[in-house]
Amino acid sequence: MRLSELANPSRFNALAERVLPWLVVATVLAFVLGLYQALFVAPDDYQQGATVKIMFIHVPSAWLGMLGWALMSVSALGTLVWRHPLADVAMKTAAPIGAGFTLICLVTGALWGRPTWGTYWVWDARLTSVLVLFLMYLGVIALWRTVEDPSRAARAAAVLTLVGAINLPIIKFSVDWWNTLHQPASVLRLGGSTIYPTILMPLLIMAVAFTLLFVTLHLSAMRNEILRRRVRTLRLMRAAAANP
Amino acid sequence: MDLGPHAGFIVAAYAVALAIVAGLIAWIVIDHRAQRRILEDLERAGVTRRSAAAREEIP
Repeated sequence: MRLSELANPSRFNALAERVLPWLVVATVLAFVLGLYQALFVAPDDYQQGATVKIMFIHVPSAWLGMLGWALMSVSALGTLVWRHPLADVAMKTAAPIGAGFTLICLVTGALWGRPTWGTYWVWDARLTSVLVLFLMYLGVIALWRTVEDPSRAARAAAVLTLVGAINLPIIKFSVDWWNTLHQPASVLRLGGSTIYPTILMPLLIMAVAFTLLFVTLHLSAMRNEILRRRVRTLRLMRAAAANP
Repeated sequence: MDLGPHAGFIVAAYAVALAIVAGLIAWIVIDHRAQRRILEDLERAGVTRRSAAAREEIP
């Protein structure tokens, strides 16, 4: 199957129906392995003790929160430049999922911050920029719900998404550009990871599990959105037939 | 598994993550069933897309 054939929503849904059961199985297996490694194999940190176990959900959810917006930005280009039939479907359905992962990041970060920093929250650059990301997700979701016509909503949401993409490098480099209570990058950095392998490996497995979960949820939500648009088309056809 | 003196924070973090993921899954499953049901009701009422109607006419 050529990639261009996926532009057809019916073909996309047929492919999603075939792929989703395998994705669900892969996601569950990855989480079983990841959680076993994180909770029963990984040692405690020499400074933070067992609270380091929060990292195994905090860090992957932070990555996926940012990845969600990056995915929306690519889809926004697809909507504005190529008018790809599935681009705005992908953009719209990624927003609630990305918001969910960003919320996990914020709440688990606060719960990790209290025992390690002595506070749930500080207005430092990393925490604030991630909060801004979450608020932007809410803004995009609200915009989609405000404009009734999907194609008009898609163009407005695409512009807002591309403007909001400026926040992604700010989140990533905030710990380098400003003095923050949040620690600098320790996994994705030049010179390699500074995390010991017995803790890094469970973190990477959990990152794979979270990524599989994101893909599974996103494909499922896209399938639902295609059905919703089909319902809308049929209702418009019924209304047109009733009032010729 | 000994979670130490801050066990409450660790358990709360995992519980919140689980609740949010469960909420996302529930939203998708409920939405899928709802859209399927509406689509079936419309098709049962004879409202179909032109492409679907054309396919049915082909012997």
